[in-house]
Amino acid sequence: MTLLRVENLAIDLVRDGHRHRLVHDASFSVERGETLAVVGESGSGKSLSALAVIGLISEGLEVAGGTIHFDGRDLSALDAEEMRGLRGSDIAMIFQEPMTSLNPVRSIGAQLTEGMRLKLGLSRREARERAVGLLTEVGISDPEARLLQYPHQISGGMRQRVMIAIALACQPKLILADEPTTALDVTIQGQILELIARLCKEHGVGLVLITHNLGIVARYSQNVCVMYGGRVVETAPAAELYVHPLHPYTRGLLASVPRLSQARGTGLVPIEGAPPDPMEVIPGCRFHPRCPMATEECSAKVPVARHAGAHMVACWNAELAEPEMA
Amino acid sequence: MTDAALDAPALPKRRSRLRATLARDRKAQMGLIVLALFVIGAVFAPWLSPGDPNDMSMDMMSGLSWAHPLGTDDLGRDLLSRILHGTQVSLFIGVSTVLIALVIGVTLGLIAGYFGGWIDLVIMRYIDLQWAFPNFIIAVYLVAVFGTGLLNVIVAISLAFIDDFARVARSMTLSLREEQYVDAARTLGFSDLRILFIHILPNATAPIIVQATVSISYAILGEASLSFLGLGVDADTPTWGLILADGRGFISQAWWLGVFPGLAIMLVVLSINFIGDWLRDALDVRQSI
Repeated sequence: MTLLRVENLAIDLVRDGHRHRLVHDASFSVERGETLAVVGESGSGKSLSALAVIGLISEGLEVAGGTIHFDGRDLSALDAEEMRGLRGSDIAMIFQEPMTSLNPVRSIGAQLTEGMRLKLGLSRREARERAVGLLTEVGISDPEARLLQYPHQISGGMRQRVMIAIALACQPKLILADEPTTALDVTIQGQILELIARLCKEHGVGLVLITHNLGIVARYSQNVCVMYGGRVVETAPAAELYVHPLHPYTRGLLASVPRLSQARGTGLVPIEGAPPDPMEVIPGCRFHPRCPMATEECSAKVPVARHAGAHMVACWNAELAEPEMA
Repeated sequence: MTDAALDAPALPKRRSRLRATLARDRKAQMGLIVLALFVIGAVFAPWLSPGDPNDMSMDMMSGLSWAHPLGTDDLGRDLLSRILHGTQVSLFIGVSTVLIALVIGVTLGLIAGYFGGWIDLVIMRYIDLQWAFPNFIIAVYLVAVFGTGLLNVIVAISLAFIDDFARVARSMTLSLREEQYVDAARTLGFSDLRILFIHILPNATAPIIVQATVSISYAILGEASLSFLGLGVDADTPTWGLILADGRGFISQAWWLGVFPGLAIMLVVLSINFIGDWLRDALDVRQSI
């Protein structure tokens, strides 16, 4: 059974009676112990889709369509209280900013054991022992002393390790990591991603890794889902996507990643234009104003996602894409 | 490991933090000593007093002497005895009214700020209504309607302070609820009340403590003012305000009737402010000690 299956998810912004669609028809799925990378620029709807899964989209936003099946249950059928019971114990989340996602006036120990005591019903001592074990597992030295420390006393990388420990504390089945390394030093980024991916695999936890950096996800994910302007444009196994990107946007993204093997003097290839304002209404394919292969059809009709080998791609001209990136 | 470089020693526990900050804070030390003396004076008033606070004698408005260390008032009552007995009532009213106002006001403010919408609207319209009147007018009004007496004075002063606490708590909650650690707590499935009281409230303690210490001072002064106007506890119970009020007609003949109760009020209010400053610093774990 698929752990998480999101189908045709639509999220609307509702303001003064007007509706504006921010996420259109997003579909993706994750299996236990597997990692799905959701890649996209700011405003592509990737974080929003994750928040919809955990049932915490902000006021003024509304899930307008689609289904979210988690562990065999339809999440839209759950009431607020059942959804709250699911959070932490079944689905956990790791945020972008480790500096601000820990409560500054509570000790690491208090924040780490809180969920275990409430959700797993552990005693103070059992929770403490488990906390020490978790801190060791995420690679924090001297865990006993750390429990007494406060967030401002430890470094950013270590805070993110603590966040990972908190996310794992109640043995969730799924972790949503929203750009977990964006705020960290480049040298720490790899370590943290590696850690999250390894722990999820070891514990059989499904992982949705949200990022805007297509380059870093290749090593840590099995599947990649590329979002653009609120739509999923391409989904494929990671290895396949890198070798044989079909959607012009994916190809543009890959072409803009700097490589050591690149000849000196050749510049990076940028994607022309800027990502669309989520509030802007663009007819047809949302990428067509920036797409080098756009045709008449692209500006008129929204492309339908279809299978192309191992890919799912939403582009009218995907067949034209030659595997030149290989 | 790279990120173990920024090692800091484990923080001392809260109690040793309080002790460590106190050791450097002269004003707080003085405040604690002075307040402790007043508390001892209040508790042991019956034994420390030279006489009964309400015993009249023919020795009226006599100056400072061995028999009457702080002199006597216009009815020949011993001033030291009256001030010591008055300490009980004044301190009790100061602390209890602020505790009541703090609990009710902070709860209202937290709820209004966190839930927003119509809940916020209803609570804040009430608070605005109360805010429109000076605290003291509200207290006077309540005592005038419900009558004098210890309980009524406490209720009147507590109610008058609720709006101050509610406003402080609400404004803190409005900004704190947007913090990412509050979102993080939500993703862990904690209940709203838990988030409100365990995750948000501890971050709002500093301004609430400041408000509380200021309010204790005002509550003591408020009781003094009510007594001064004859709306206090009752005529037989000596309180600092009542002693001042009784003595005001004779200040030109007997200076001690104004100076000593006034001095008592000032010392206690000042001590409490110093202690409040110390608590605010000591409880802020982000501040190094």
